[in-house]
Parts: sequence; structure tokens; C-alpha cells
Amino acid sequence: MTGPARPCRRWVTLVTAALVATGCGGQGEPGGPTRLVVFAAASLTEAFEALASDFEAAHPGVVVDLHLAGTPTLVFQLREGARAGSVAADVVATADDASMRDLVEAGMVLRPVVFARNRLAIAVPPGNPAGVGGVADLGRPGLRVALADPAVPAGRYTEEVLARAGVEVHRPSREPSVKAVATRIELGEADAGVVYVTDVRAARGRLEAVAIPGAGVVARYPIAVTAGTEQRQAAEAFVAFVRSASGQEVLAGAGFLASAGEPVPG
Amino acid sequence: MRSPRSALALGLALPGAALLGLPLVALVWKAPWSRAVELLAEPGALTALRLSLVSSMVAAALTVVLGLPLAWVQARVAYRGSGLVRALITLPIVLPPVSGGVALLLAFGRRGLVGQWLDRGLGLGLPFTPAGVVLAQTFVALPFLVLTTEAGLRALDTRLEHAARTLGASRAEVFRRVTLPLLAPSLAAGAALSWARALGEFGATITFAGNVAGRTQTLPLAVFLALQGDPESAVVLSLVLVAVSVAVLVGLRRHWAPGLVR
Repeated sequence: MTGPARPCRRWVTLVTAALVATGCGGQGEPGGPTRLVVFAAASLTEAFEALASDFEAAHPGVVVDLHLAGTPTLVFQLREGARAGSVAADVVATADDASMRDLVEAGMVLRPVVFARNRLAIAVPPGNPAGVGGVADLGRPGLRVALADPAVPAGRYTEEVLARAGVEVHRPSREPSVKAVATRIELGEADAGVVYVTDVRAARGRLEAVAIPGAGVVARYPIAVTAGTEQRQAAEAFVAFVRSASGQEVLAGAGFLASAGEPVPG
Repeated sequence: MRSPRSALALGLALPGAALLGLPLVALVWKAPWSRAVELLAEPGALTALRLSLVSSMVAAALTVVLGLPLAWVQARVAYRGSGLVRALITLPIVLPPVSGGVALLLAFGRRGLVGQWLDRGLGLGLPFTPAGVVLAQTFVALPFLVLTTEAGLRALDTRLEHAARTLGASRAEVFRRVTLPLLAPSLAAGAALSWARALGEFGATITFAGNVAGRTQTLPLAVFLALQGDPESAVVLSLVLVAVSVAVLVGLRRHWAPGLVR
């Protein structure tokens, strides 16, 4: 870290102290390791934890600080940081094109590319005790359903799937991130929910997937270096690593679908 | 004229007051006043406000019912393990509310220690219900009632109770006609504090009770979710929370809770 200590705490704390605390890890001590702050969508949690440690192993002297949250939270924190004249992150990966497009239009990121794709699935506890067979069953009265809030990409994708099937869910709990949906079902508080295929895989047997036929590929994950980063080299190396064969292998292992690396349509 | 010493005290008190006051000033300053009415008129906002008011009032009442006996025992009965119980009473203040919510899930969730019997035996699932919201709020608010009331009991002049007893009053009569009136200011202050804590409760609520619109989505939860999509709406909803709590606490101060701000 070469620049002065980042003042990103100064303003952002007023609004989202708890949320942003982990995102401000950019204050490396002189001569200490380079700290690379990576903002990533919640659904990327397990894949990016693995990618970060692989990257650190390959780049001694670089420490990756992961900040994982729902995509809109990431965007909000980047914007608030920018308003205060600071950069909260060096790399950003969102769970949809639209959020990334907003960041491009605001001049906050450079040339995003899509590095992975994902599909939705219905998650149920092991053995599927409620006997959920498909999307139509989510509208069953008495079934406790957790869904991602429409504010986050997974929630919007879920709304599309439900609307297409003409299903109205009875009093769902709207969770602030797709990971919170998975947790609800793992804890047994919800009977079913809609998550990404990768979330079921990450739960390692604590969840079971019920396929959603015809839902197709919905989520596209773009990644970009922030315009104001003070460590462009390390940030670009991280993005390149995510897109490399070994990075894509980690993502495929987590259940993500490969992407040709197309740019985000403007 | 102020003495130099009180000027010094004022100077030392200023940073503390500024720390508490500045965020509030910023909230008012930056509020999107032109959109305020429109944002408040959204059905979700009013539903969340109503749920917040009702659940926090019920929770405050519950803290009195559950907390008064607890405070009494702590203040008046010498028993082994009272230190442990004291720590237990303080715990929800120290514990991150989210952890409190996790603990509540493990105890009262559908697969929880007690919750599984409630769920299977009585069909009484607490998570995702307004009752779950009240439980989470009561859990985090109870310490404020107990600690305030216990302090009140300890400060109470027990000679008055003794005098009433020697004059022939029964224990129940003494409690009702001597202790309770003397304790009322502390009890009211404790209830007001626990109500305020319940009103602002977020972490335990979203963790334990979930975020079901109209059933468990209280105003703080609505603020958090608004932050994801429409930050301006989050600011307006926060202001509503501030206004409601200030109004009630100031209103209570004069009539019911002189003990809160002497």
C-alpha cells in the first residue's frame, strides 16, 4: 500500500458502520503486505474464499481482504465511499449485469467482464420432508418459504421464475442475501427456498436441490477493477487469476458455469 | 455566572454530546424531505411502523411481567448463584443481537431445544411470526427493566416497609401499597428504556423471526432492506424511528418516568 491511509471510514460509518467495517481493510502498514480489498456478491462466498487463498499462495506479499455481501450493499458502499473521495475496494464482483452497469456509468469501475454464470434451484432440507416437487409447490399454503429480497439479484431472478410459473408464495421471509435463504433452510426454520445451484453445493449435504426445469441460466457474474484503485497491478492480477484456467476450475468445482468472458452489455 | 470549573466540565462534555448528536443532525440534514411524504406513504412503511409499535409495547409489558420478580429476587433474596444470574441478566446487553437471535433459534426455533416441542406438540412455531418478534425484542430488552428496577429496589428505604408491617399490613398489602408506589419511577424508567430498546431491535429479530412483510418486518428491518434498494427511503424511515422514540421518551419523562431523566 503506497498511498495515505484510506479515509473511507469517515463518512460511511455514519450510515453503515456494521456493514462496511470489513470492507475498509486497505490500510497496510508501510513495508507490510499489499492488502487487496475484493468486494464480492454473497453467492460467491465459498468460491472466492478458495480463490483468495489460492491467489495469496501464488502472490506472496499480497493479502486479499474479502468483503462478501448482497450486491446492492456492495454498490451502496462503493458509492458512499466514492462520495467521500475514497475507494472502498480494489476489485468488485457482482451477481448481475445491471449493478455493474451502474458502476460503469458512475465511472467507478473499468471494463467489467463476465467470469461465471449460475442457475437457480429450489433448496429443501435433506430428504425433502415437505415433499416439494417444483416451483408450483412453493405456493402451497402452510409451507414456510424463504426467498431472497427482490433488492438483491437472486431475489429478482426468483421473482421472474415465480412470475413465469404464475406462483404466489404465501408470506415468504425476504432475506437480505441468498446465503441467508440457504441458512434458513439449513436451520430448519423454512421448509423450502430458492437459491443458486452453487449454494446447495456449498452446503455440503445440509441442503438438497429440487431442479427448476426451464429456469435456464439466469445469473451472470461480472468482475472489474475499480477506477480509483491504488494497486492496479495486484487488482488486475486477481481478475486475471479468476478468469484463468485454474480460477475457472475453482468456480466449476463450486458449481458455477463457465463464461466466455464476454463484456457486460452497455 | 458560570464558574471556570463548570466551563471546563462543559468543554469535556461536548465531544460526547457531539458524538451522539452529529449522526442525528446528519440524518435530518441529508433527509430527502421532498420525497419524504411519498416514501412514507408506501404501504410497507406504515405496516412496518405499526408492527414495530405494537410488538415493542407488548415486549415492554412482558419485560415488566418477567422482569419485576427477577429484579425483586436479585435485590432482596440472598442465594447461592445470584452472581451467575446477575451475569445472565447482563448478557443480552453485551451479546451481539445477531448472536442472541442465533441462540434464540437454537432454543425456540423449530428444531430448537424447546422449540421442537412447541412446534410439534402445540403447533406453535415462533420464527416467522409476530410472536417471534416479541420474543426477540423481550430477550434484548429485559436487562434494562431488571437492572433499573433492581437499582430502584436497592435504593428504597426498607424502614417504610417494616413500619407498614408493624402496623399490621400483610406482605401483599405492603408490596401493593408501599413498595410498588415507591418503586414506580424506577419501574417506569426501566419499562421506557426496554421499550426503546425493543423498538430499535434489529439483529435478533431478523435472525430469529425472519423478514416476513406484515408479520415480522419491523421498521428497523425495513430500514435495513431499504438500504439495499432505496437509501433515501432508509433515511426517512430512520427519522420516523427517531421521532417516535424521542416523542415517547420525552412524553414519558414528565409523567411516568422522572427516574429516567432526573
